[in-house]
Amino acid sequence: MRILTYLRQVLDAEESVHVTNGTVALENSKLVMDTMDEYGVEEALRLRESGSDAEIIAVAVGPAHVQDALRTALAMGVDRAIHVETDIRLDPIALSKILSQIATQEGATLIFAGGQQADWDSHALGAATAERLHWPQATWTSALELKGTTLTGKHDVDEGSETFTLELPAVITTQQGLNEPRYPTLPNIMKSKKKELRKESLDQFNVIPKLKFVSAEIQVKNRLNKILDGKDVPAAAAQLVDLLRNEAKVIA
Amino acid sequence: MILLVVEHANGKVSKSTLEMVTAARELAQQKGSDTPVAALVLGSNIAPVAAEIARAVDQVLVADLPALAQYDSELWSAAVAQIATEGEASVILIGGSRSGREYSPRVAIKLDAPLLEDVISLKANGDTLTAQHYTYLARVTETIESTGPVAVVTIKPGVFNPAAPRAEAAEQFDVDLNLPSPRLKVTGKTAERSTRVSLAEADIVVSGGRGVGSAEGFTQYVEALADQLGAAVGATRAIVDAGWRPYSEQVGQTGKTVQPRLYIAIGISGAVQHLSGMNKSKTIVAINRDAEAPIFKIADYGIVGDVPQLVPAILAELKK
Repeated sequence: MRILTYLRQVLDAEESVHVTNGTVALENSKLVMDTMDEYGVEEALRLRESGSDAEIIAVAVGPAHVQDALRTALAMGVDRAIHVETDIRLDPIALSKILSQIATQEGATLIFAGGQQADWDSHALGAATAERLHWPQATWTSALELKGTTLTGKHDVDEGSETFTLELPAVITTQQGLNEPRYPTLPNIMKSKKKELRKESLDQFNVIPKLKFVSAEIQVKNRLNKILDGKDVPAAAAQLVDLLRNEAKVIA
Repeated sequence: MILLVVEHANGKVSKSTLEMVTAARELAQQKGSDTPVAALVLGSNIAPVAAEIARAVDQVLVADLPALAQYDSELWSAAVAQIATEGEASVILIGGSRSGREYSPRVAIKLDAPLLEDVISLKANGDTLTAQHYTYLARVTETIESTGPVAVVTIKPGVFNPAAPRAEAAEQFDVDLNLPSPRLKVTGKTAERSTRVSLAEADIVVSGGRGVGSAEGFTQYVEALADQLGAAVGATRAIVDAGWRPYSEQVGQTGKTVQPRLYIAIGISGAVQHLSGMNKSKTIVAINRDAEAPIFKIADYGIVGDVPQLVPAILAELKK
């Protein structure tokens, strides 16, 4: 079987965000593989290690720097990578058109994508891709097993979680808790340099985005920052309760 | 027509739905006063829900079917896309819940429509929709725009004011649906319902992190304070992973997003993933031993000190 795992290269969560001229500026920031996507790479590798005869292909869409995430995935152990290079920002509905076409071209029967994108906070890519392929999906998956062509797992829903079974082909969106992604070892990093990283042009996918990004801004809510010293416990407690009652007026 | 899909639980319309009604009424006004707002109710034994929402919209479309007893993304998206097409809906509003954000992309693809996700504001100008939503783990506010005859929008819960009911009830229509067979087979559920007010609808949220010390500490400090204030209880990813609290209480990137009037963070350092789930709260209070904890940067009020000493003292003060 073939497994596709979709990757994004995003701002490291520890970095602060900067906006210049209405767009988020990433030039001088540390970028990493989206951790939500990393769980998908790891899970694909684990499925293979637990006995599925699978070829794993990492896919990314975006500017040149996105290939760093693909290199990391290759070093973690995926077999080859496809980079659809473009500087155009594509919303998840547009992205799903690319991902679904690649899945069809490659004959993939399982696709992993992160549950939420750390840059655009979107949940949509997994379900949108599944819909284009007429496949089912499980989102926010926190446990997964594959036997033959049957997936069993656990995923989060509105209240609590569910266990499920699902027949391939399917899309799985991943999240924290599914696994602990491995670090690439030096021999694997060396080996990965020989692996194929294929560049594709956006043109062939016939993508016409329907969503326009107008501007971005950082709205900082001014906080009062009245921080009390808690050494004198009763005094601090009394002062806090007084502030909440009489200044903020948020409790009775 | 503007079509909104009703979110409901235990026979009642959810607050998130009444917030969608507000968004829908504003859109209808901007599009022209003859634009009706229709509500689609999907489920089984949902007559009370249909009757309740009839007092908030112009038209109620009801699919009361045993097959819809349980949410499924393929069922829901097929139903919504069919009704949207038949009613020539120009905007489809779906709740920004986990399930809403799961099936809405399918609706958008079926209708060949743009998807505006988790919006906090929404305006129509002819065929153009302009919306704002948060990006970069809720640190950036972004403006997006779509133009076309139909658009799918998910509405972030807790942002729009809930609409007040009207005196007159709108007419209800039963709809026929062509539904697929669900392919995701649910084999078990861990329902995590607490007796407290739900996180999404709470005015006050008291949350705990590792700094409460243990599961017992959470009960002793966080739950006790929540009970005293009539608040919902929240938790960080770390203590949910540690098994101290159920997942349904998790606040943050992989849990729930809340924006209550008052958010009290106890023993929470403030990882960016947690902040993204609560940083829009109106007033934020932090109690933590570490004066350098990032939570204090976004706090309105805070105490640097020991949770096991401070929380009982605060409780005593509140009971005075």
